[in-house]
Parts: sequence; C-alpha cells; structure tokens
Amino acid sequence: MGSKMSFDKPDPDNAFITLCREIDYQEGPLSGIPIAIKDNISTAGIQTTCGSKILKGYIPPYDAHVITLIRSAGGAIVGKTNMDEFGMGTTTESSAFGPTTNPVDPTRVPGGSSGGSAAAVASGLVRMALGTDTGGSIRCPASFCGIVGLKPTYGRVSRYGLIAYANSLEQIGPLARNVRDCALLYSCIAGYDPRDGTSLDLPAPTPLRSEIQGKRIGVPAEFFGEGVDPAVASVVQSGIQRLEELGAVIVPCSMPSMRYALAAYYVTSMSEASSNLGRYDGVRYGQAPDTVRSWHDAYSEIRRAGFGEEVRRRILLGSFALSAGYQGKYYAKAQAARQMVRDDFERLFESVDIIAGPTMPTVAFRLGETSDPLSMYLADILTVPANLAGVPALSVPCGTAHGMPVGLQLIGRHFAEDEILAAALAFEEGSA
Amino acid sequence: MTVIIGLEIHCQLNTNTKLFCGCSTDYRDDGPNTHVCPVCLGLPGSLPVLNRQAVVYALRVAKALHCEVPEFSEFARKNYFYPDLPKAFQITQYDKPLALGGYIEIEAEAGGEKRINLTRIHMEEDPGRLVHKGSGDRGRYTLVDYNRSGVPLIEIVTEPELSSPKEARRFLNKLRATLEYLGIYDSEREGSLRVDANISIKGYERVEVKNITSYKGVEKALTFEITRQKGMIRRNAQIVRETRHYQEARGVTTSARSKEMEHDYRYFPEPDLAPLQVSSWVEEIELPELPDTRRDRFMQQYGISLNHARTLTGDLRLAEFFEEVASGIPEVAAPWTADILLGELNYRDMPISKVPVPHFNALLEEVKKGTITDTSAVEILRLLLNQVMEGSTPEMPGAVIARLGLSKEEGGAFREIVASVLAENGPAVADQRAGKAGAINFLVGQVMKATRGRADPKEIARIIEDLLKE
Ligand SMILES: [Zn+2]
Repeated sequence: MGSKMSFDKPDPDNAFITLCREIDYQEGPLSGIPIAIKDNISTAGIQTTCGSKILKGYIPPYDAHVITLIRSAGGAIVGKTNMDEFGMGTTTESSAFGPTTNPVDPTRVPGGSSGGSAAAVASGLVRMALGTDTGGSIRCPASFCGIVGLKPTYGRVSRYGLIAYANSLEQIGPLARNVRDCALLYSCIAGYDPRDGTSLDLPAPTPLRSEIQGKRIGVPAEFFGEGVDPAVASVVQSGIQRLEELGAVIVPCSMPSMRYALAAYYVTSMSEASSNLGRYDGVRYGQAPDTVRSWHDAYSEIRRAGFGEEVRRRILLGSFALSAGYQGKYYAKAQAARQMVRDDFERLFESVDIIAGPTMPTVAFRLGETSDPLSMYLADILTVPANLAGVPALSVPCGTAHGMPVGLQLIGRHFAEDEILAAALAFEEGSA
Repeated sequence: MTVIIGLEIHCQLNTNTKLFCGCSTDYRDDGPNTHVCPVCLGLPGSLPVLNRQAVVYALRVAKALHCEVPEFSEFARKNYFYPDLPKAFQITQYDKPLALGGYIEIEAEAGGEKRINLTRIHMEEDPGRLVHKGSGDRGRYTLVDYNRSGVPLIEIVTEPELSSPKEARRFLNKLRATLEYLGIYDSEREGSLRVDANISIKGYERVEVKNITSYKGVEKALTFEITRQKGMIRRNAQIVRETRHYQEARGVTTSARSKEMEHDYRYFPEPDLAPLQVSSWVEEIELPELPDTRRDRFMQQYGISLNHARTLTGDLRLAEFFEEVASGIPEVAAPWTADILLGELNYRDMPISKVPVPHFNALLEEVKKGTITDTSAVEILRLLLNQVMEGSTPEMPGAVIARLGLSKEEGGAFREIVASVLAENGPAVADQRAGKAGAINFLVGQVMKATRGRADPKEIARIIEDLLKE
C-alpha cells in the first residue's frame, strides 16, 4: 500500500540542501513520519552532495542500506540535510551550500557535521533525522541544538551507501527530539548487512525500556578537565547527580588515554579521508574535467576547484601521515594510541556499566567564531574516544548554560545501545 | 657477466564473479561497461565484499607451490591516481600477504631440475582498461572500460634466482601449466597473464621492466634488456635504477621516467575489510594431479621419453589431447604430438583445442600401419590443419590418401612409370645428375603426362630422386 504526502515548509535555518516536495511512503512502523537524511547517505534518484561542490549534481543510482530499511518501514524521506563538507567539521560552516543556523539562536552554529539534520529536528521541520558520527558528528549537533542523538556501535548499522570520510570510525545514527523517537528510528536501521564487510550479525535491539536503578556510572575526571567551560561542567555535574537520585551508582574514574585520543582521531581520520576522497576526479560523476587537457592536469584542476579549504587541508595532512618515511611516526603511532583508548574502555567497563560526561566542552559557538582549525579540532575531545573504541554513545539534553542547550553524554559497552537508551529514557522522564 | 632475473606475475583467476562484487568476469565478448556495479565503478558509498571463491583459488595455488599460509593476512590500499582506477586506490595486499615462500622446479640448463624460490603470493583487484582513440591533438581521446575493474588477480613474486631469458620462459611455462592444472586460470583469455621483471647484471643496478602483457613477450623483453645492459657496461655507461616499459610492437624497453610513474603509494590496511584468517582452509583443499606427477605417470604408463613426457604435460590441453590419442599407439603418438603436431601448431599460432581428435588419431593409425611415408603423413597433417584454419570441413586422412594417391602401394605403381620415363629420357637424366636446373621439372612433367595427372608432382619428384640415387 503506497501513500503520498507533500512537504512544503520554509527552511529558515538552511537545514536542507535538497527538499523533496512530493513523497511516497509505505505502511510500517515509521508510516508517514517525515525523516530528514544527511546528505552523505546515498539516495537513489535524489542528489547526494556531501555538502561539497565536487559532488553537486551527483544522483546516486542506488539506495544506501539504511535508506532501503527506512523506505520499507514507511518513513517519508523529505530531503537531504546540510553538513560540513564530507563531514569534516564541527559547525556545518564548511558546507559548499552555506552554513546552517541553530534554531535555538540563529546567530550560533548548530554544531556539526550533521548540523542540518539536528536543525531540521530541533526546529520541528521533521520528527527525526539520520546523521553520521565519525568523531562526534551526531552527538555534537544534538548537544548544541538540545535534542537526542545516538552513535551506534561500530558494525551495528550498515555503512553500505554512506559516502566515506573515515571508514574505521564512522556510523550512521538517529537524531530526534526525544529518546523514544531516537530509539524507534534506531531500531529500524540496526542490523546485519552482508554488503558491509564490517557489519556484525547480532540479535536485533530489544524494545525500549526505562532503566537506571543500580546501574554503575563511571565519570572520568578527564571529561571535566582543561578546556571544559565551567558553566557546562556544572550543568552536566548536576545532571549526573540527577542520575544518582534516580538510583544510579556514581563511580569516579580515570581515562588516561584521553591525552592521545584527539591526535589518534585526527591522524586516522585524515589518513583514511585522503584515500577515500581520491575518487572525486570528474571522470564518472560530479564536475566533468576539461577533456582537452591531460588527465593529470584535469584532475588537479577539478580537485582544487571542487574541494573546500578544510577538505583540502585534511587530504594534505592525511597524505602526509601515510607517506613513506612518516607513516611509522604518524599513522602507526595513531593506531597504537587508538588501542590504548580501546584498552581504557575495556578496563573501565569491567567495573562500570555506563560512562557519563559532557558531550561537548562548550555550548554552540557563534557563527564564524571558530575560524582557527586547531581550536575547532579541540572541541571534539570528548566525543572522539567512543569512535576510536567503536563503542555506542548518545547525547541527551541536560539543561542550559549561557542560555544554550547542554548535552549529557552516555557511553556504553559494545552493542549496549539498549542500556544507554534505557538510562537516557529514565533521565529524560526524571528531568521532565 | 652473470644475469639475475626476478619475476612478478599477475594472473587473473577464472572465478565466476569479481573479487569484491557480484559482477560476472566473463566480459570479453560483451560491450564496454556492461559488467559493472556501484562497487567496481567505485561509486561513493559502495563497499567491497570479499569473494570466497577467489580466496580458495589463491589458496589452491599457494598449496600447489608449497607456500606457507600465515594465520592472518590483510588487504591494503595502494593509493594512486589513474583514469582506469575508479577509487583512486587498488585493494591489494602489502605487508601481510596471503602466502609466503614456496617454489617451482624447472628443467635446469645443465639437465636435471632447478628450484626457483618464491617470495610471496598475494591477492588484488584488476583495474579497468583504457582504450585510446583518434589521432591528432584535438581528435585524440581515451575511453575507459570498467568491465575488467575488480577481476581477481594473484601476484606471484619470485626470488631473483632466474639466470637467463630461457630459464624465465621455462619458469613461466611451468607456472602457467600448474595454474591451468589447478583449474583456476584460463590461458586463452586475452591479457590473463601479465609480467613485470627485475633484471640486473651482477654488480650493477637493477632495472624493472613493466607491462609485458603477453607471456611470449617475456623472453624477448628480457633478451633485449640484458643486451642493452651488457652494451652499457661495455661502453662504461652507468646503468641507473629505473622502471622501463616494454613496447610489445617494437620489442624494446623504454625508460618510464615521467612524473606519473613516481609514486608514493601510501599503503595502509583497507578499513572496509576484516583481516583474513584462512590458514585453516588450506588443509581442506584437494589438489588435482599436477604437471610433474603427470609427467612421471606418462613415462610409466605410456613408456615414452622424459623429453616427450615433459613437453606433453607442459600444457593441460596438450596433455589431455595426448591421453585421448595415445591409447594403443603411444610410441607413435608421443613424437607425432610432441614434435610434429606442436611445431605445426606453433607455426600457425593455432591452439591444440582446434585439432580434431578422430582425424589425428586416424592419421597416427596410418603411420603405424605403414601405409604412408612420414613425408606424406606430414603433408596430410598440414592439409588437415589448413582446412581447420580455413573453416572448411576437414577430410579424413584415408580420403586424402586416396585422393592424392599417397599410399606407398600406389607410389609403387608410379615407380614403374617413373622408371620407364627415366629410361626413355637419358639426356635429361644426365642433366639432372649433373645438377642442371630445370631437368627435374622436365622429368616430373613427363611422368605427369604418363599418369594423366593422377600423381602428386612432389611425390613424383621424390621418387625420381630416390631412383636416381640407386
Ligand atoms: Zn561490480
């Protein structure tokens, strides 16, 4: 049974790159729910740009696995959302389609890189959206816009059709205004897919419940270290206190590997990106090269003109980190540091069930505030450890600081999405 | 000057589907870009899924060549830009290949066997293919066909232990035969075997020759390169470490020092594929009879010489052909297949699979019965092969013998006529004995007249020469 709906709403925050006005949908658990899709997830017949000029006009001939699942669950895909170019950013300002603004305060960024998806949800344009999280790209905008966002365990959701930025780190995940909607969309996209060699064949997620009683919650001191805005820290501390009041046991702990996490994350993601982005040469799709020139010159020109500054910076840094003579110093060291992060989580999860802390060290930046790339990279310090270890993590609204939303981050064991969603639901209900 | 040669052989595995997608590998008769999908076109968001059959095929080779298969191996990305490479990286194996070590035994120059050690065997995907069109600066363009993109390859790397182009050819013959016996490779598929060679003269720099796309080109390319290097040493010129390209059409190697050849491939583990853990599969692999075993069996079973057995087992189809025609007459079948038929086929560049077994078998029977001379038999064989080449229905040898009057008995009848013609033409006979040109043609003409054209002029000329010798 097919139904039709039309979607004709204004988009004051520039949340969308492409809007679909007429949408067909089927019967199912998501029947007729408007859903926004981040523009790095392939949608057959709908332009998919990754927020980049180089892919402008690219219409994939196939659906990503998650799109097939959403379509068959009845979801109505209403458009493709704005993002930092190829996911490389924390503000959605690096998009070739202009920045997205934060619905809570339009002078501020929505966070990134899934800023368009978060803004579309937070402003009420859609009930839920898909984002992707490579180093915090779902949790950061969820925190900045005051909504719920989940990065599932690596291997839980098929990446087939997700246009890669950093393959070993990223996952597709849901954003929604509350934990129930977030869990609903998550339950529709999780599962094994033989087309993704890193997808894992595990039992389906269990129905959402509210549960916090007796849970041991680890709070690493490093999550409240240098660079964390004291106002944000204090909101999150009182959130954690609320968890305790709801019956959780708070366990102070330490994650010494946090010191290396950011470097490990950036070296790994830039290295993988430098390889992933090689294919944008204008031969098969995207901007066509001037065929009168030699292919070498045509490639250089297309790539120079098609990629934005941040993307070019990361391709160059990643190529350098992988190059002969430097690979041992950078890429190999990053992998060793990554193992230390994994080991830290494994050790902590022997004595705690969930790790909690702020999602972001600050509230949403003002537009144009983070013009220095290094200070932008530092903002990812609290979100990258979960990507490095592949464990699930979510951000749930926790209060406000400076009048802007603050997110509480809950990190779980591998494949324990159910457990952190249950805790988030209890927290959300307890806060209400 | 001691020559040192190492080879890297890229061989397409004849799996049904490509290495990382479900596209068919049987594309050679189809139009360009008809065997493609998001994965082998490298479309954004596509992911590779490893073809299990390809791994089994590669492990079959590893086991047959006595390699060690480590517990873990890993795919890696080799990054470079080229229009035939849709992802701008090739998925290959780098520091953790599928198989290590191993060896192949070849016939040594001095007789006996020589063992050539292997460094490694790894798996990788084939890139697409460029087709250059047009001429002139404006009209020249290049088309890309991605049908080949993603076809599974194995790369076999030898230690630098080959000492001559001839040894390299023997090595490749043996390798090719082994791969075909294993049922993982089809030599009749165009471009299915490609070779890079490292060549040096002991004490001097090493040169890599790439792009030897036919296996017959290897001996030529190596011979050219060795001659070039020796010439430079004699002239006291410096041999530089470099990559050179083999130009098949001209039979020469040329320096490839363009900027597109200077690569830093930035290898790193392929994040979209889990590490391979397949050493336990090796035990389950059952190997078929391989060339050396078959060679020994042929000697034993058919009582044929080592040389014949080696030649006949050096090619799977030839060995199978021989077994079909050998029964009952191996002593005739071995030399006629290994020496005469093979020579005629090479001359015509014709594959053994085109030779009709019943016809060749009947010919061998005639030879064995002694009804025809060897010369006549060769003539019948040539006629047969030519008929096959032209696409006409091949005649059975019996019919050819009757039509051309080639049986020794008929030759006997002609002998009498020839003898009387010689007796009647004393002066011409004297001229022929004196070696005077044209005399033989006159005599043959007289016989043809006497037999009213029933005789074969070549056969008559032979009989005349025979009789004059007596
Ligand atoms: Zn394919």
